[in-house]
Amino acid sequence: MILPWIIIILVIGGTLAWIAGRFGPHWPRWISLATLGIHFGFLLYLWIQNYSIFTLTTRSPWFALFDIPWISQIGISFSLGMDGLSLLLILLINLLGIMAVACSWNAIKDRVGFFHFNLMWILASITGVFLALDLFLFYFFWELMLVPLYFLIGIWGYENRIYATIKFFIFTQVSGLFMLLGILGLYFVHGANTGVYTFSYFQLLGTKLPQPLGFLLMLGMFLAFAVKLPVVPFHTWLPDAHTEAPTAGSVDLAGLVLKVGAYGMIRFLIPLFPKDSLSFAPIAMALGIIGILYGAIVAFGQTDLKRLIAYTSISHMGFVILGIFAWNTIALQGAIIIMIAHGISTSGLFIMVGDLMSRLHTRDFRRMGGLWSTLPRMGGAAMVFTLASLGLPGLGNFVGEFLVLLGVYRVSIPAAALATLGFIVATIYSLWIIQGAFHGRNTEGWKLQDMSSREAAIMTTLIAVILWLGIYPQTVLNTSLPAVEAMQKYAIETQQTIVSPQISPAQPLPIEGSITINTGGKP
Amino acid sequence: MTAADVYAILPLIVLGGASVVVLLGIAVHRSHSLTLILTLTGLVAAFLLLPLVSIEAPRQVTPLLVIDSYSIFFSGLIIAASFIITVLSYSYLSQQRGHREEFYLFLLLATLGSVVLVASTHFASFFLGLEVLSVSLYTLIAYSRKEYGIEAGVKYLILAGLSSAFLLFGMALVYSELGTMKLAQIPTSLSNPSSGVSQVFVLGGLALIVVGIGFKLALVPFHLWTPDVYQGAPAPVTAFVATISKGAMFALLLRYFTVVNIHNYPSLYLAFVVIAIASMFIGNLLGLLQTKLKRLLAYSSISHLGYLLVAFLASGPLAAVAVAFYLVTYFVTTLGAFGLITIMSNSDRDAEDPEDYRGLFWRKPWIAGSFTAMLLSLAGVPLTAGFVGKFYLVTAGIGSALWLLVIVLVVTSGIGLYYYLRVVVAMFASLPKGSTIAPAMRISPHFTGALAVTILVLLLFWLGIYPTPILRLIESMVTGFS
Repeated sequence: MILPWIIIILVIGGTLAWIAGRFGPHWPRWISLATLGIHFGFLLYLWIQNYSIFTLTTRSPWFALFDIPWISQIGISFSLGMDGLSLLLILLINLLGIMAVACSWNAIKDRVGFFHFNLMWILASITGVFLALDLFLFYFFWELMLVPLYFLIGIWGYENRIYATIKFFIFTQVSGLFMLLGILGLYFVHGANTGVYTFSYFQLLGTKLPQPLGFLLMLGMFLAFAVKLPVVPFHTWLPDAHTEAPTAGSVDLAGLVLKVGAYGMIRFLIPLFPKDSLSFAPIAMALGIIGILYGAIVAFGQTDLKRLIAYTSISHMGFVILGIFAWNTIALQGAIIIMIAHGISTSGLFIMVGDLMSRLHTRDFRRMGGLWSTLPRMGGAAMVFTLASLGLPGLGNFVGEFLVLLGVYRVSIPAAALATLGFIVATIYSLWIIQGAFHGRNTEGWKLQDMSSREAAIMTTLIAVILWLGIYPQTVLNTSLPAVEAMQKYAIETQQTIVSPQISPAQPLPIEGSITINTGGKP
Repeated sequence: MTAADVYAILPLIVLGGASVVVLLGIAVHRSHSLTLILTLTGLVAAFLLLPLVSIEAPRQVTPLLVIDSYSIFFSGLIIAASFIITVLSYSYLSQQRGHREEFYLFLLLATLGSVVLVASTHFASFFLGLEVLSVSLYTLIAYSRKEYGIEAGVKYLILAGLSSAFLLFGMALVYSELGTMKLAQIPTSLSNPSSGVSQVFVLGGLALIVVGIGFKLALVPFHLWTPDVYQGAPAPVTAFVATISKGAMFALLLRYFTVVNIHNYPSLYLAFVVIAIASMFIGNLLGLLQTKLKRLLAYSSISHLGYLLVAFLASGPLAAVAVAFYLVTYFVTTLGAFGLITIMSNSDRDAEDPEDYRGLFWRKPWIAGSFTAMLLSLAGVPLTAGFVGKFYLVTAGIGSALWLLVIVLVVTSGIGLYYYLRVVVAMFASLPKGSTIAPAMRISPHFTGALAVTILVLLLFWLGIYPTPILRLIESMVTGFS
């Protein structure tokens, strides 16, 4: 019963915050914080109860499951489930949610109630995405997330926000409808095969799909995830949305919305379409490498600081898709660490840009320079996040990228080698940020007030988490391992029903050589 | 005609009787609120009779009408929608000068015509119902005589007359070849090879009938009247044209082509595919160019009828459920949208400029919030009825492997999003300081209109969150029908 409450508490909190907005601007802020506090309590309870350093337990990877019928006529149920992967990502939602509330504490002055309503509803619907185990429900939350995000950016964003929000909305909705086609195709094929028409994830696993329909359905789902992630040809909404979003919106976008794409691939795309998605893997991995290099190079050419950071996100997400499609335990674990670490480091950078903007009233990179002398504390914090972003050992991103490269190396050496180039370009743009903004001459003669204690508290928290991830990632890895193994097992089981029965479950998917796929003994 | 027959068509008799009572009531004592009460009583009585009548269903009453679960379901939908429109009209007409009472008379007659349409099994009753509906609409559209009222009324009169002529000619051709006007007998006469039936005449006749139907449904290429009539008619009448008139016709179309299996006529099938694709594209693309809200909703309704055709072309019980459910959601959403326009309108003009809505959310959050919900439902966003409706349409389409149509639906609804969002953006825009308030924002809505809209908003969310009870009702209706 705890799972629906993880969503409901945010829904209620958001609604209360809106209503309380009538009594004064501080009410919604405190209500949101309290809501997220309770939310964190739920998560901590589930985590402690299920956390085990001995991951070799034979227990189910699912910490909690919840299922009631919803639209029973066509086999839709309100079905939620939490495993280590969802738990970690929802913890990330909670952390970044608190940061989003904190960083908008003074920045948002008008319509505070409605702002927090939208913020809480974004968090609620993303939580729903990470918990849904019914494909209709997943699609429901997936689409629902757009509306509050649309308002958040459309109302509190910057000059060009209308263009950015409409573009973002149309991109994601159309791609979402293609995902719906994929889901429905799967639904009907499964129904025709077994006579059971259902959207339940567990039942749809192992559906035999005829060719080429299976591949097309997989592509439809991939498209939706690729737009959210974003994978390079579908990324153009992201820089616009980021640039125009208020700081809290950028935090939500970079920290959470991008992660639902990666989550969808790990949870749904590959386990449901193992054969088709792995025959697609070379293309997906190539897109990942293109994303890594393209994002980094374009980032280097930006003059708008927010846009720059948005492009670095594209570059980092390239590593994630690479890790996912390598589809072995190490690479997947690495992808999960990157998802979390990127969420934190990029949010840190966006919050810093927000703080800078409230002082300088510009995001133009060329007008900054020499800020370290007037903002030493902020400069230090920015240094940590950019170093995390370039993959310095000891900080979270390094662990993730290292694991991904290790896992990819086992699948394809050229892919790993090309992806390594990403580190070099990342170093260039990261140092570029620090040099351009904080070092050099203070040409405009800025004299500014350094971080307030609220801003310092935000930065300290984020830095602490990213250090923890970098120094002792084991807490995260132990939590996600059973989930990662379960996903691989689902994929193998699904594949077995299609191909042949002779794959031992202990072995990860039999991928050999340079991304050619060996289908268990058969050519 | 037995007593049981009379009992079965009691709702129709009540509607007819109510219009006579309203007519006499106006003659005796001209009072706006009295007329309203009489009208509403008639509608409620007819509605309450439906469950009682359903005990007798299915029952063929004369060769003309059939009272079965299908016609009862759609009669209920039509009468309920008519109730909402009547309430909205009261709120709308309260601000008008001149004679207001006759409006309700035509409203009742138009409702009667629509109910006859959904119950008809014969060309004669089909045509009778259609004409009762159309003739009432000519008057209703031109009723208010605001800017474009007369123009819209005349335009509708000419084009509807023309389409009726097409329809009649089509019926005549079919009759001349098959010798029957009963819908149920057409396929059997056709499949009988000895009769020497000319397929060309029958197909031609059916095609002409499709033209007549396509006009009422405003499908491309028979849609040209739509934006002008939507814009010129009073907002509640536009709601009537958009929902009841189209819904009744679509119900008839579905019944007609369940009898005459459309898959047996590849050329007719192809024609519908082309019409569906054209409606989706034209509706959404031309919608992008509109600046007036009512015209925008006109194009939106063209595209929605195109979506409906996708499920219509998909066969099977799931498709029938999808069509019926989508019609329900379309009714709720469209009535809501026009209801809100009604609330915002004043005695001079209907609120249809984007300027009327700029910054509305910060002044009248409930009205703007409801309008946003309606527009998002038209766009098919979760939590609203439109989401489940569109989901069902796509499900039905894929269930019959209509990939082309479904992909066109997906792509065009992406285009359509843009114009819905543009209105939403306007409502949430902040007003520059010191700007004047649009006149539409100064009026406070009449409570009857506000009540109707509140009901619709609640229905919208109910259908979006927990559609199971309605779906159960629709499923039992469909199984009773096929």
